[in-house]
Amino acid sequence: MIRLEGIQRVFQVGDQQVHALRDIDLSIGAGEYLSIMGPSGSGKSTLLNLIGLLDRPSAGIYRLDGGDVTGLSDEEQARVRREKIGFVFQFFHLIPRLSAAANIELPLLLAGVPAAQRKTRVDQLIVDFGLTGRETHRPDQLSGGQRQRVAIARATVMEPSVILADEPTGNLDRATGQEVMNILEGLAASGVTLLLVTHDPEIGHRASRKLRMVDGGIVADERASS
Amino acid sequence: MNTADVLRFASFSLTGARTRTLLMILAMAIGVAAVVVLTALGEGARRYVVGQFSSLGTHLLIVFPGRSETTGNPGMLLGETPRDLTLDDALMLTRSRAIRRIAPLTVGSALVTTHRRSRETPVLGSTAEMLEVRKMSMGQGQFLPGGDPRLASPVCVLGDTVRKELFGNQPAVGEWLRIGDRRFRVIGVLAAQGQSMGFDTDELVIVPVASAQMLFNTSSLFRILIEARGRESIEKAKQDALEILARRHDGEKDVTVVTQDAILATFDRILRALTLAVAGIAAISLSVAGILIMNVMLIAVSQRRQEIGLLKAIGAAPAQIRALFFAEAAVLSFAGALAGLALGLLGSFIIGRIYPVLPSVPPWWAVVAAFSTALLTGILFSVAPARRASRLDPVESLARH
Repeated sequence: MIRLEGIQRVFQVGDQQVHALRDIDLSIGAGEYLSIMGPSGSGKSTLLNLIGLLDRPSAGIYRLDGGDVTGLSDEEQARVRREKIGFVFQFFHLIPRLSAAANIELPLLLAGVPAAQRKTRVDQLIVDFGLTGRETHRPDQLSGGQRQRVAIARATVMEPSVILADEPTGNLDRATGQEVMNILEGLAASGVTLLLVTHDPEIGHRASRKLRMVDGGIVADERASS
Repeated sequence: MNTADVLRFASFSLTGARTRTLLMILAMAIGVAAVVVLTALGEGARRYVVGQFSSLGTHLLIVFPGRSETTGNPGMLLGETPRDLTLDDALMLTRSRAIRRIAPLTVGSALVTTHRRSRETPVLGSTAEMLEVRKMSMGQGQFLPGGDPRLASPVCVLGDTVRKELFGNQPAVGEWLRIGDRRFRVIGVLAAQGQSMGFDTDELVIVPVASAQMLFNTSSLFRILIEARGRESIEKAKQDALEILARRHDGEKDVTVVTQDAILATFDRILRALTLAVAGIAAISLSVAGILIMNVMLIAVSQRRQEIGLLKAIGAAPAQIRALFFAEAAVLSFAGALAGLALGLLGSFIIGRIYPVLPSVPPWWAVVAAFSTALLTGILFSVAPARRASRLDPVESLARH
């Protein structure tokens, strides 16, 4: 469902050109659970942002569900992001003045879903993610693990086909990290395509397909022989 | 995303930054309040002046002796002296069908003496018609008697202040007093009504016009007041008066007739212009508030980069981001305008309490203009910040700085 052909991403830093991604060819099937590992600056976050349509490639073609999304306008790309992609970030990125429930509701709000439907959907997720009793709390009243669960609930509230997680456990202790991984893997098991960027090998090795990146190129692509 | 959701989200952003929001609302409110209060004052002044003129009587014309006109007459050494207006001139004016009634006026100043006190007072000579023409009302007794105005009867009518000064709490009607070297009997007292076009009727003593002419040893009149039959006959009355007086003065048009309407219209125009000018100055403070809104919104955009980046990541289109910031500015200026309106109305109310003579009510056009200007500047000045927000690069905004 995700096909990258000859993707390049070049940044201009001063008068120097930095190749963040070089000639990436990658194809990811629906429902795959894939981890991207590599040292800092290897281009893994850039690749994730590109797949999430937050960034545009300097060259190459990106097809999502068979359609070329490289040339779409900003408005059209926003629509694709809203409907097909969910983001989970290292620093959660919850809106501090909104309650947990309101943060989860946000994508539905942007999509113009009627209020009654929004409520049913959010209430369901609050139960599913074990946030009952916390829905009216603001992010600064929640623990790290709870914040990341709110963020994942927000990423899944539109029922996207792809979830992109950039170091989702990077800011959590080991136990809560485990808990968050369990939730994400639960989503992957239910058929969602999960892309996970991490530099924690222990977490990276849990994926069924492991990419390794160095200097903007993919140097290894292993599938678990299960 | 429907409008209600956008507005709710914007309100949440505003309540999130309380101090900033309150300061912005204050700036906006001061601008709006300034416009409202200043126009209320201007409008109050205008209504005050118009009211003063109206209290003179509605279809009033005033005849002055003399005419401003430059003439050259080589045969005479001295310049032309206008003929005096006489009582007979005045009485002739009633022949015009457009004129309902007239009141000749003679003015002088004389010492008014009772057996205890005396006082230098302006003395007005007129006829019974004066009461109607000037729309005055009586406090006690009656006004000058009708009949032939050429007869000098020894009666007088006192203004309320004069009565108080001369008689104190004693009854005045029926008493005798001395004006100059003649004796007069008080037959009435005017109701207190205060200033009206420079003449304080409370300070006057009114006697029959013939008596005044004898008192001041003159046969001329100071003014003739004319009341036209109706609003539409004012112009006709003016023409008739000019014509009749010219005929009596050997064809010389040596009088000036001023209609109250003309004076009123001039004052009305001047004061309206003044109100507009004052409103314009106040509007400057409104535009300053607008620039302030832009400034604060720009700061808000850079402070909320992460939030904007996140909104983009979860699927907000550029147009939606713009709408959110617009809505925020709109809610802000709406609240500010509302607060300013309340403040302005309260201010004009207080001014009205302190100066009851000034009917300081802001005109509706000023209220509407102040409100919509506030809203418009707020939204207009948020265009740039909203555009900047919608163009932020999400990857950069989400990166931790």
